[in-house]
Parts: sequence; C-alpha cells; structure tokens
Amino acid sequence: MQTQTVLSLNGLTKSFGTVSAVKDVSLDLKQGEVLALLGENGAGKTTLMNMLFGHYLPDQGSVEVSTVDDQMSPLPLGDPQAAITAGIGMVHQHFTLAENLTAFDNITLGAEPIFSFKRHKAKAEKKINDLMQKSGLVAPLDVPISALTVGERQRIEILKALYREARILVLDEPTAVLTPQEADTLFENIRSMTAAGLSVIFISHKLREVLAFSNRIIVLRHGEKVGELATKAADEGKITKLMVGTEASENKRSPAKPGAPVLTLESLCVACPSRRNSLKNVNLCVHASEIVGIAGISGNGQSTLAELVSGMTKPDSGKIILDGAEIEANEPRTMIEAGVGRIPEDRHKDGIIGHMSVAENLVLENCEDPAFQQRSILDWSAIRRRAEALCAQYDVRGPGIDAPAKLLSGGNIQKLILARVFESNPRLILANQPTRGLDMGAASSVAERLLSARENGAGVLLISEDLDELLSLSDRILVMRDGALTETASFERNAIGLLMAGDAA
Amino acid sequence: MMEILEILLSESFWTASLRIATPLIFGVLGALICEKSGVLNLGIEGIFVAGAMSGWLAVWLGAGLWGGIVVAALAGAFFGLIHAILTVPLGLSQHVSGLGVTLFATSLSYFSYRTALPDVSSPPRIEPFRPLDVPLLSDIPFLGTVLFEQTALTWLAIVMVFFVWYVLERTPLGVAIKAVGDNPASVDAQGLSVYALRIGAVVTGSALMALGGAFLTMSAFDAFFFGMVNGRGWICIALVIFASWRPGKALFGAILFGAFDALQVRLQTEVGAMIPSQAFLAAPYVLSILALVIAARRAEYPRALLIPWFKGQR
Repeated sequence: MQTQTVLSLNGLTKSFGTVSAVKDVSLDLKQGEVLALLGENGAGKTTLMNMLFGHYLPDQGSVEVSTVDDQMSPLPLGDPQAAITAGIGMVHQHFTLAENLTAFDNITLGAEPIFSFKRHKAKAEKKINDLMQKSGLVAPLDVPISALTVGERQRIEILKALYREARILVLDEPTAVLTPQEADTLFENIRSMTAAGLSVIFISHKLREVLAFSNRIIVLRHGEKVGELATKAADEGKITKLMVGTEASENKRSPAKPGAPVLTLESLCVACPSRRNSLKNVNLCVHASEIVGIAGISGNGQSTLAELVSGMTKPDSGKIILDGAEIEANEPRTMIEAGVGRIPEDRHKDGIIGHMSVAENLVLENCEDPAFQQRSILDWSAIRRRAEALCAQYDVRGPGIDAPAKLLSGGNIQKLILARVFESNPRLILANQPTRGLDMGAASSVAERLLSARENGAGVLLISEDLDELLSLSDRILVMRDGALTETASFERNAIGLLMAGDAA
Repeated sequence: MMEILEILLSESFWTASLRIATPLIFGVLGALICEKSGVLNLGIEGIFVAGAMSGWLAVWLGAGLWGGIVVAALAGAFFGLIHAILTVPLGLSQHVSGLGVTLFATSLSYFSYRTALPDVSSPPRIEPFRPLDVPLLSDIPFLGTVLFEQTALTWLAIVMVFFVWYVLERTPLGVAIKAVGDNPASVDAQGLSVYALRIGAVVTGSALMALGGAFLTMSAFDAFFFGMVNGRGWICIALVIFASWRPGKALFGAILFGAFDALQVRLQTEVGAMIPSQAFLAAPYVLSILALVIAARRAEYPRALLIPWFKGQR
C-alpha cells in the first residue's frame, strides 16, 4: 500500500524578518502513511505546515500533490483554497473554529456556494454523519462550539477537513490539549482512517506518541531537517539526540524529605460564574522541601487555585494557612510578603509588564525594599546593578536590562520571572505551567531551578498539563477535576489519565 | 397618569413612534451588519448626513424619489468603502477611522450642498414620499392607521429587518459573516477571504445607514438642513448593543426609542408648564442609557470585534 507518493515538499524556505524559520526542507509523504514531524518549539514544524496549507507564502521552494489520477502536479502557494481543493486538510494547534456557530455551520463553512439563498442541510448532514461513522469521530452537530469540550472541538476540526474530501491530513500537536485516553482514541481513529487511504502528517514533541503511532519520523532543528528515520529503527535516545543535538540527561533528584507544612488549604470553595474553574472543598498541604504536582485538563479549577495562592482571588469559604499563620486579607501584596514566589501561567500577561524595562520588571516585587531606595526614592544604580547580576546569573538573554521586557523571547521572559522569584528566597513557589511553550533547554533549566529550590527547603506547588513533567518532578501528585482534588497513590500514566477524565469507563 | 395612558392608546402616538424609529431601523441594521463581521463603523453619523444630503439633492436635480434612494445608498457605500479599506486590509484603529469618516462625510456633504446651491437662504423643497394608502387595509381601525399611514421607506425598513435576519441565520453568507466576526482564522482556514467578507459587510451596512439619512430628507421632511441628523447615528451604535446584535431586537429597540421620543413631545404639551422642556428632550437619551445599562450586561459581543486580522501573520 505504501508506495504511491501523494505529497512532496521541495526545498521550502521561509524567514520572518531576519529570523530564518525554515531552511531548505524537503519531504515526501506516501499514501496511507503516518509521518511524524518532530522538533522542539521554534524548530519550524508549524511554519513548514502553514506553508503547505497556504497560510504563509514560502520564500523559496515548491509543493507537489498527487491528483486523482495519481499524477504529481504543482500546488499554487499561499492560497488555502487551492490547498483544500488539492485535498489537503489541516488541523491547527489553536483551533480555527467560530465559537458562536454550531459544529454543522463550522464544517460546512466555505464548502457551499456563498451567495446561495438556501442551505442544503439534509444532504450535508447525511454526508457528515457518514463521515462520523466511517472515521469514528463523533461529536454533537447542533450546539454552539463554545459548549463543546476540547476533544470534541478537535474531532470537529478533523471532520471539517474530511468533509472537504481531504486525502492528506496535517495535525499540529493534536494531543497537546487531550487526556491520555482521548489521545489514544484519536490515534485509533487515525489508524482506521489511514487504513482507508488517508495520509497523515502529525506534528509533535512528545516522543512517546511519535514512537507508538507513526510509520516514519522526520526531525527538524532550527528550521532544518536534521534526520529522517523509520519509526521501527528509532528509539528515544536516538531521536532526542537529533532534536537537541545532545542526549538529554535524566534529572537527578534526592529522595523526598518533606519538612513542616508551608501551605495548607482547608476546605476552600470558590464559585465562578461560568462554573468552569470553580473550586469545591479543596484541601491541600504542601510541606517544605516537597514538590506537589497538580495534574488535570485545563479549565478544571487549576487557574482558580493558582489565583488563590497568588492572592488574586478571594475564597468564598475556607482557610489559607501559610507557615502556620492564617492569611486574612488575601491580596497579592500579603502573599508576596508571606513568602510566596509566583510563576504565572500566562507569563506575557501576568508575569511581566511588557513595556517596562527588564531592570524594572526584576525589582517589581521588592521596590519597597530599603536596599533599592535612597531616602524613599528608588535607587536606580542599585536596581540596575542587581539586574545586571541577575541577568548574568540566570542567563537572561536579550537586548539588555534597559530594553522593554516584551522584546525578550518567551524562554528569556520565563528566566526573568525565575530570577525575580528565586532571588526573594520564597517559602512557597507556585509554578503554574512553568515550561509551557519552552524548548527543551529552557524547560530543563526551569526543572533544575525548581529541584534546587526544593533542596533548599522551599515547598513547590507545581500545576501542569504535561504529565511527563509532573511525573519527573513531583513528590506527590494530585489530580484536579471539576474543582475537586484527588490524591493519586500511583505514578502511572493511565491511572492519572483516568482520574483526569473523571470516569473509570 | 391618565394623560400618559391616553397618549399611549392613541393612534397618532404609535404612528409617530414608527416614523421616528424608521431611520434608526436602517442605521441599526447597517451597524449590526458591520459589527457582526467584526468592524465597528463610527462613520455612521457622517454616513447619515451624506445619505440625507445626496438623496435629497438627486431628487431635486430630477432623479426621482427611488433614484434618490439609489444615490444615497451609493454615497453610503462609498464612505463605507473608505472605512473598510482603512480598517480591514490596513488594520488601522476602527475608532479613529470611523470618527474620521464621520467628519469627512459630514463636511463633504455640507460643502457639496453649498456648492450646488450657493445662493439660497433656505433649502428648496422636494415632493417627498407619500404615505401608502392601501385600500381596505388602511381602513382597519388603529392598526391600519399606525401601519399604513407610513411611507414606503418605513415598509422597506421593516422588510429589511426580516431580510437581514434571513441572510444572517439562513444562508451560507450569513454563516460566513458571523464566523468572520467571531474568529477570522476559521474563515481563512476554510478557504474564504476574510478581507472580502469584511469589506463587503461594511460597504453593505454603510449603504443601509445612508438610507436612514435619506429617510429624513425624503420622507420625514422635504429638504436638507444642517445638523438635522442630530446624533441619530450614535443612537444606532448604542441600539446595536441593546439589541445584542440581533435584527429582531434591533427593530424592537428602535421602536422603543421612537416611542420615548414621541412620548416626550406629547408630554411637553400636557405638563410642560411644570417641568423645563430640556428635561423632556433629554428623556429619550436618559432612558436609552438606562436600557443599555440593563441590556449590555448580557450582550454577546462578536469576539473579533475591533480586532484587525492580517493574512499570514502569526
């Protein structure tokens, strides 16, 4: 079956400004094949696929697609409509769904003549139902997208492509937002679709699923193709070496020696208007020298928990006890003074003030410290001296300490935040998705910092959607689902996944 | 109290309410179409002036009433196109561009009026639209008078409400317009043009707004005066929020405002001696603000409203 080539990219190149995102990448895709495109963040995977789908116009290179009669013909570039017509479907990492419309509307959008005075609903509905049956991708059609779960939205995205008769399906990090079970179902569906002749390219940086589900692996690094191998001949070590250039070292950690409780939450309740993200009777204890991991699918209350601990939300009922003292006025200021170091989920929005300089951002939380004042006026030379030192120590790279913080890359913004947090010697560190969107190098330095804080006696509350990260860092793991916490005794992926999904079925 | 009840039950009160509501219905529908696609059009106030002036001038120059309507719609479309080009492919601030279009359209209308009629002290009058006198139907008590004492433009406005609703809810074009106002990427990913949809919506919406202006000079009055639009465009912008971007509710909101306005005129004559007239003049606006405060909490804004979208940008 895997003989006919359906797609070939030849020497695609694209740069944004002076940054070269993709350099001279070529690849072939065979019919019925699952090709994994692997690489760190910023390796150019998504850019490459966006060129294939016409979202970006490549600077150089060409694309050829097989036609119905198995001839290869060039694809006009920079035109999504042409890509759709040629049978290419793409599921973006950030879904491209109109949330005010139903799934049915989203699927048929653009597929019918736009200036028709009537819609042929019955016919379209039949076609979609047939597709659902064949592919196993089932989702409700007649409710607004905003009411659907992430897994359902993704199924709608794939149905959208299939509805347009896609023969080549591109999936951009399809499992990033799914539970392990949902991910397994997705890959089962993909298998049955490839058996029926569909060819799939999927982008991922999760080695496990790439090894389990692909036929062939192509590795990108810094926009260049650095390796291509059959999955049968690949193993984790080999691929990691290709991705990062060196073999990743395992985190070395000492056995847990938890000390006295640092943070205790007693029957906390917070009601949110949307019901998502409400907290229901949450009890939690983080000890000194301990990393407590919170797993769960986003939107189950993790962000509210983080806001509570960082002092941005007040509880409806319940107690927050820090270092044995109950927190009365739950405000950011009191939490900082009580020794909470905060690594926020959205580092651009909540972690820095973008238009203020790197030095200013570094001193934000301790500008009242007399060390940075002279007669109640900010001592800029002291502030800048410290900023220079911290940037060197934490390897914050960018246009300098006087440049606006928003000019730093995501990884460097995170290092800036780490510098601010760790320099104040916090008793408790709240790390909410600390490595999201970071490449392996930056992510492992975050992990090292968290582990060394644990060595030094701080308690760490680690909220993450990345199970691998939680499993490698945490001393204990609790799963958050529908605003309630369940402690898991086992560190086994499947057990945690089941708790995340909330049913044993 | 009895006086108010008496007013509310009178035919002439409801006839007046519907007449006052007509330009607002056009305006609010136009603004609704623009905003559904994700573009706020603050050019509306100036587009009203342009529609009022150009339609009336065309009739005076001998174009005929329906010819005047076409001219007004084209004038609106022209200013809408300016706004659309500035805000959609060029992605400029919709507030700034809209206010600029209002200033430009208003001034250009006044300038054209002065250039066309350099020597007149009061504007020449045209023969405006007559009330439709439908045999039999006009003789129905109350309803017949309220509905059929109106001109063809009022009827056109009401028909447009149903038409816009039908297009938005029942046709592929409506689905695409709602999608582009919620998440432009959804439209782009399906191979439709975000720019074409938004520009089309703004141009069409602006043409409708201009009809609201044309109603003033060609139906409510019979000549063009400076300052005659008098904030009606801004009221429409507020009414869209009140209506939560729904054509049916927009019709209701426009009639409600018309009723407030008709009521204050009548109350002035009834109890005018006790309360200063300015209080009555302000009443419809105060009531609209109150209605907005209540309604806007639940309003469902198009998610992409005010947010420019650029092709191929990440």
